[in-house]
Amino acid sequence: MTRPQATGPGPRDTGQTPGVPTDWDAPADLSKDPAVVPDLSSVDVPAELEREIRDHMAKYPNHRSAALPALMAAQRVHGWCSPDAIWQVAAVMRVTPAYLSSITTFYDMFNTEPLGHHQVYVCTSVACNLRNAQALLEALQEAGEGYEDANIRGFECLGACDMAPMASIDGRYVGPIDPDEASDVIDALKEGRPPLPGRGLGDDGFKLPWEDGSNG
Amino acid sequence: MAEQMRVLLDGIDEPGLNTIDVYERTGGYQAMRKALTQMDVDTILAELKDSGLRGRGGAGFSMGTKASFMPKGAMDKYLCCNADESEPGTFKDRLLMQKNPHRLIEGIIIAAVAAGANKAFIYIRGEYVLQADVLDAAVKEAYGKGYLGSDILGSGHTVDLVVHRGAGAYICGEETGLLDSLEGKRGNPRLKPPFPANQGLYQGPTLINNVETLSNVPVVINKGAEWFKQNGTDQSSGTKLVSVSGNVQRPGNYEIELGIPAREIVYDLAGGPPPGRKVKFWFPGGSSAPVLLEEDLDRPYSFESMAEAGSMLGSGAIIVVDDSVPVVSVCLRLAQFYRHESCGKCVPCREGTNWTVKMLERIDSGEATPMDLDLLANVQTNIIGNCLCVLGDSMAMPVGSMVKKFRGEFEEHIERAREAADRLSVELGVAAPPSDQAA
Repeated sequence: MTRPQATGPGPRDTGQTPGVPTDWDAPADLSKDPAVVPDLSSVDVPAELEREIRDHMAKYPNHRSAALPALMAAQRVHGWCSPDAIWQVAAVMRVTPAYLSSITTFYDMFNTEPLGHHQVYVCTSVACNLRNAQALLEALQEAGEGYEDANIRGFECLGACDMAPMASIDGRYVGPIDPDEASDVIDALKEGRPPLPGRGLGDDGFKLPWEDGSNG
Repeated sequence: MAEQMRVLLDGIDEPGLNTIDVYERTGGYQAMRKALTQMDVDTILAELKDSGLRGRGGAGFSMGTKASFMPKGAMDKYLCCNADESEPGTFKDRLLMQKNPHRLIEGIIIAAVAAGANKAFIYIRGEYVLQADVLDAAVKEAYGKGYLGSDILGSGHTVDLVVHRGAGAYICGEETGLLDSLEGKRGNPRLKPPFPANQGLYQGPTLINNVETLSNVPVVINKGAEWFKQNGTDQSSGTKLVSVSGNVQRPGNYEIELGIPAREIVYDLAGGPPPGRKVKFWFPGGSSAPVLLEEDLDRPYSFESMAEAGSMLGSGAIIVVDDSVPVVSVCLRLAQFYRHESCGKCVPCREGTNWTVKMLERIDSGEATPMDLDLLANVQTNIIGNCLCVLGDSMAMPVGSMVKKFRGEFEEHIERAREAADRLSVELGVAAPPSDQAA
């Protein structure tokens, strides 16, 4: 089985770091000792990433508290929480890679496989679902068919039920979106411009169609 | 026509309110000055208690009483602001943090001093990227002015504040799950007792409050407990941000005086359901609250009145469902949410949420019998009270209430779905027509 390539902006996941498993799905080699804390001198960590992780560690009374921000930083560099990314964080934080993968598999915002540059989360929880969220998700998935660089998925409540149906597109809350606008959104992502300008929370003059501007 | 009563939302649209200069120009950080230079810790605590300010995150516990549970003496104590707003239907803290971050920071400073905490954290959900960036900038400004850090305003009090971003887990809004997550672990809730006030973050005493609760603190200190109590009811003082969503014409955040009829919120403020539609049922306090019917809209919207009606005010999120929506679809979507978000630590929740979804899917696909409704209700009663935290209960209570209040519709749904499934299997030739079976 070949390992999919990471698509992140940082160094490609080469699988060449010594001791790093090359495939999460491969059966464990029971003759080997369990993974220990990787030795920082044998792991090649990008200097910028190492500094960011150390900054996070310094903020807390216990350095383990930096696990979430550190993994998030590594995910930004590697495009996903690849074995290499986890190994690098583990080496800097002095924890086992297993400890970190217990975290990446728990939280929804960590990708444990390469899923593309753009994260499109469509909120499909109870309140949004009453306002056509499922149709928006399906329209976006249809429009994004074959576009590998975007991870378009349903997400549980994003805390924007007033904007429903809405999506968090690379962290920017956009809504309400008509399912007919799905192809505009995907086209914008492909062309590298922000989708539906002026319709994102925090955009200049943002307001919901039915309000006088007192809520956004 | 009901009107909003703006206290927390007063001047919220002032351009640049998220910067410290504008905030201070509009009277910001005066409460902090007053608390730190003119009041001692006991007076601040007494004022908070006396105001009757109740937690705005869901449980509705008296904020001042909670702060007074913190042990005295020199030790590392912590304050955590719960900004992991993930309850479906709730989006009030998002507005407060984005538009008025400094009021939250001011509230945190005062509450931390009152609780004797020297280290404070804002645990904000990872999806709120914009709001976390706004908070980061505001915290930096507050440090620059000397409002955070050591010896604030020469009072001898030290408060450090860190904005901590989560990574997408509803359970981290549960206070002990939040603490584990903040310690860099999976967000699994802990057994209580010990309560966080005794053993919380890093095993130290910890006070945990919601964003809206802490944003109310400067108001209480500035204007006094007596003023604060003038609004609201005896047991629910002050104003409340209500997030109205679902089948209404103007979803959004509205600030109301606690105790006004719920109908005024849903109809006058949020515009009511679309033309020609009627309210079928509504969640008064986020998706975890048992549903109420149309006639319950005439009840006053307050902590005690919602509890009397068999539900709860919770986080103050009203989700309105109109009569075009089948109750089974809402119930299924709701159960799927809790199945996804269950951390898996306690069996009744992990298995109960899973089987509830499976049973509801059977109901929807025509494989269920009316007996399954009793089983469904039974599973819910076996979840409630049997887990470390209330996530399982949060599914069991609304699902149980929907089955109880709409049993007739559930039975009809089962019958119709079975007939449709029978017809389909006959068409596909996998089953004999019903008449042949009878013979």
